[in-house]
Amino acid sequence: MNEALWIAKTGLDAQQTRMSVISNNLANANTTGFKKGRAVFEDLIYQTVRQPGAQASQDTQLPSGLMLGTGVRVVATEKLFTQGNLVQTDNALDVAIQGRGFFQVLLPDGSSAYTREGAFQVSRDGQLVTAGGYEVQPGITIPDNAQSVSIGEDGTVSVVVPGGAGSTEVGAIQLADFVNPGGLQAIGRNLLTETAASGAPQVGSPGLTGLGSLIQGALESSNVNTVEELVNMIETQRAYEINSKAISTADQMLQYANNNLGR
Amino acid sequence: MDRFLYVAMTGARETQLAQAVTANNLANASTPGFRATLAAASHVALEGPGHAAARAYAVTEGRGVDFSPGPLTSTGRDLDVAIDGSGWIAVQAADGGEAFTRAGDLRVDSLGLLTNGRGQPVMGNGGPISVPPYESLEIGSDGTISIRPLGQDAAVLAEVDRIRLVDPPATDLTRGEDGQIRLAAGAPEPPAALVTLRGGMLEGSNVSVVQSMVEMIEHARSFELQIKMMTTAQENDRSSSDLLRLS
Repeated sequence: MNEALWIAKTGLDAQQTRMSVISNNLANANTTGFKKGRAVFEDLIYQTVRQPGAQASQDTQLPSGLMLGTGVRVVATEKLFTQGNLVQTDNALDVAIQGRGFFQVLLPDGSSAYTREGAFQVSRDGQLVTAGGYEVQPGITIPDNAQSVSIGEDGTVSVVVPGGAGSTEVGAIQLADFVNPGGLQAIGRNLLTETAASGAPQVGSPGLTGLGSLIQGALESSNVNTVEELVNMIETQRAYEINSKAISTADQMLQYANNNLGR
Repeated sequence: MDRFLYVAMTGARETQLAQAVTANNLANASTPGFRATLAAASHVALEGPGHAAARAYAVTEGRGVDFSPGPLTSTGRDLDVAIDGSGWIAVQAADGGEAFTRAGDLRVDSLGLLTNGRGQPVMGNGGPISVPPYESLEIGSDGTISIRPLGQDAAVLAEVDRIRLVDPPATDLTRGEDGQIRLAAGAPEPPAALVTLRGGMLEGSNVSVVQSMVEMIEHARSFELQIKMMTTAQENDRSSSDLLRLS
């Protein structure tokens, strides 16, 4: 059959994947701590139909050959870890990271996950948990009679209890950083997990050894730029249309041959 | 039967190949740094007694790669670089040799190796570049990578390496079966000092969508023409057998 059909089909596939990535970015435009994704395209292998420099006859050579590309594919969907905007909320348990690093949380199966979402809450047992209910690591217990909670730039969590002299330190939030944050695996629920590509987590105190510092009373909004995504969407849609045009043209060619030959 | 049927048949077959080249260009209309394939039909005269150059078959031939630059789009990511004007970024291909790319969607992998979007290591002055853990990274217009190492203050900037940028003449370059642009032959290309990079930008594909669409229409019509020739051959054949029929 006509190769053009299959080549244009790879184009449709790739644009479809890109459209999914864009829709996911747009759907999460208001998700706290969300990092936008990007589909990475590459051209597929080339087929040598005619080898350049081959003998056309004993004395003549083909001056140039023919290399037939076989289309395009999405090689990866990578996350872009640029800083999102900080939104002031004045809620004592909202924490934003300014700079590198991730909050560590404990999953129900005992493994660790990482997130940039700092909308914390206190569980029934007084544990500091994420909005999804996952315990922040290392665990921090807020006494049930605490009157106010303050979280310092370096992650120190201190509370004021009635009758206490000043504030009491109850723990410290630590951040994890990765050599290649783009290699983290997104598992949904705003969580990321470690992979071989991301490298091992390097845990440290916020503000030290290159980790970002914490800002209490603020949240990091998603880093999705809606205008940029809409422009990407237009581009994707047009590229999709062009590839479907290529399919219908190839189809018409075959149809013409079918209808006119051999009668 | 007249053999001109076969001339028309090769025409149709070669037009399909040309259509495949156009379809591949269109499929890669949004692949960063992609370079369009050029193809053209040429003729091969049939030699031998009785032909007297009356018959010439069509052959679709690759005319190499279109090396004109693509449009630059701003992405704001500090590891995205685009080449302004002519030039190439040298990367290490899967076979260990050097290949050139215009796609500057770079990243640092878990071992600290600077790679491109396909995962190929980017070459520096002396082999692949490894980037120590950094807090911020800047790629200068000549490819010099400077970082602020983790935990250092803003006054401490370390120069890591310089991305190997080359600018060989387009006539020396070919595309391999893996889609990589390489030197056709000869000694390794010396680094070029005048190639400039722009940070936070990506270069798009240089496929002209309008031109490719027109080519596609042209191929489709020329294919129909060849089919028409084949039906004509059939009609001729039928008439001649009618003439010779003893009724």
